[in-house]
Amino acid sequence: MTTDAISTDAIIVGAGPVGLFAVFELGLNDMKCQLVDILDKPGGQCAELYPEKPIYDIPGLPIVTGAGLVDALMKQIEPFNPVFHLSQMAESLTKTDEGKWRLTTDAGTVLEAPVMVIAAGGGSFVPKKPPIKGIEQYEGKSVFYSVRRMETFRDRSILIAGGGDSALDWTLNLQPLAHRLTLVHRRDEFRAAPDSVKKMRELAEAGKIDLRIAQIVQLHGEGGQIEAVTLKPDEGEPYTVQCDTLLPFYGLTMKLGPVANFGINLHQNLIQVDTAKFESDIPTIFAIGDINTYPGKLKLILSGFHEAALMAQQAFRYVHPDRKLRFQYTTSSSDLQNKLGVQ
Amino acid sequence: MKLLVTDLDGVEHSVDAMLNWTVMEIIRDGDLPMRAECGGSCACATCHVYVDPDWAAKLPAMEREERDTLDGGFEIEANSRLACQLVMTTELDGLRVTLTKDCAG
Repeated sequence: MTTDAISTDAIIVGAGPVGLFAVFELGLNDMKCQLVDILDKPGGQCAELYPEKPIYDIPGLPIVTGAGLVDALMKQIEPFNPVFHLSQMAESLTKTDEGKWRLTTDAGTVLEAPVMVIAAGGGSFVPKKPPIKGIEQYEGKSVFYSVRRMETFRDRSILIAGGGDSALDWTLNLQPLAHRLTLVHRRDEFRAAPDSVKKMRELAEAGKIDLRIAQIVQLHGEGGQIEAVTLKPDEGEPYTVQCDTLLPFYGLTMKLGPVANFGINLHQNLIQVDTAKFESDIPTIFAIGDINTYPGKLKLILSGFHEAALMAQQAFRYVHPDRKLRFQYTTSSSDLQNKLGVQ
Repeated sequence: MKLLVTDLDGVEHSVDAMLNWTVMEIIRDGDLPMRAECGGSCACATCHVYVDPDWAAKLPAMEREERDTLDGGFEIEANSRLACQLVMTTELDGLRVTLTKDCAG
């Protein structure tokens, strides 16, 4: 098992702005990083929730968008060659015989390091599940929140719910394979890319898909197999549509996920840390950014940056126990400038 | 000023409402369930509330962004709003809202 493990100095769970800046602070102190994130791109909330929204309270940047900040951080950490394991969830954490942490992801990636940094923000982004009575019994059998293999859905009677890019993209991609495809959205307005909306409207006009403006209120089926759903339009009576597959695409929400099972002391789903090292109750496991809590905590990106800097000092003592920690400024230290590749 | 908030159990709470605060912030300050995952940037629909229809006329109309973001909520009704987009004014003293599964789930 250990033969497949990737060895590094620090494993960072969460590639949001704070996880990214941790790469910089750890890098300046001679520690290499591997990052795990459930999203398919770095940036966390900045990338997923508000890429185009302005942020005004990043020191030194009077205005920067979520995406702009992520781009800048990616550039800043480039000299340290961080390795990203994206679209993966940190699943289980164990100790090796040598006393290192071994983190396994749901994609089977195994990482080993003496230091763990949890920078998981509000938790993992996972698909929103509609609060429809009894939906759990169908999940994974005939209700799916993502499409892994399109072939799975060939010749199925598919009902897709939602009005964003995922709903529209899968409508367009699965329509040619499906026996019949129905798209359900609560209003006759779609926030997806205009081109996708246009193509979807063409399919609907040609009778190749059914477009229903309504909300799902009830599921019908047996033994995990969905058979029909009841839809309720804004005006008029509810009606039932036959289908054998339901794909709800209502966007993402945040759940703490398996980090809760790592054995770390939690307070209201947050990791309690000290404010000198930002270390959890388990030595060598650190928590920085929105995921941690301490007296006076503010959930600001700038606080996470500070936490990353202090965390890296203590992490150095664990990763390089034989070396003396040297405090230096990037402005004057040729050693740091070498690491940054600016000399 | 007060905001009257009905929780998922149907219990009404009277919470202090501060001028120019958003209804989302006021509910959170009142220690009632309020996920507001995106922190009030109209990006997530986890502050979805129902507004008492008697008050609807006093509220500012929905911007396109709010309508779009509401797509990420569930059990949307004609009186559905995102609490982060409702700013408390003196005219709204006594406003009644009801929490949804989106913000309290």
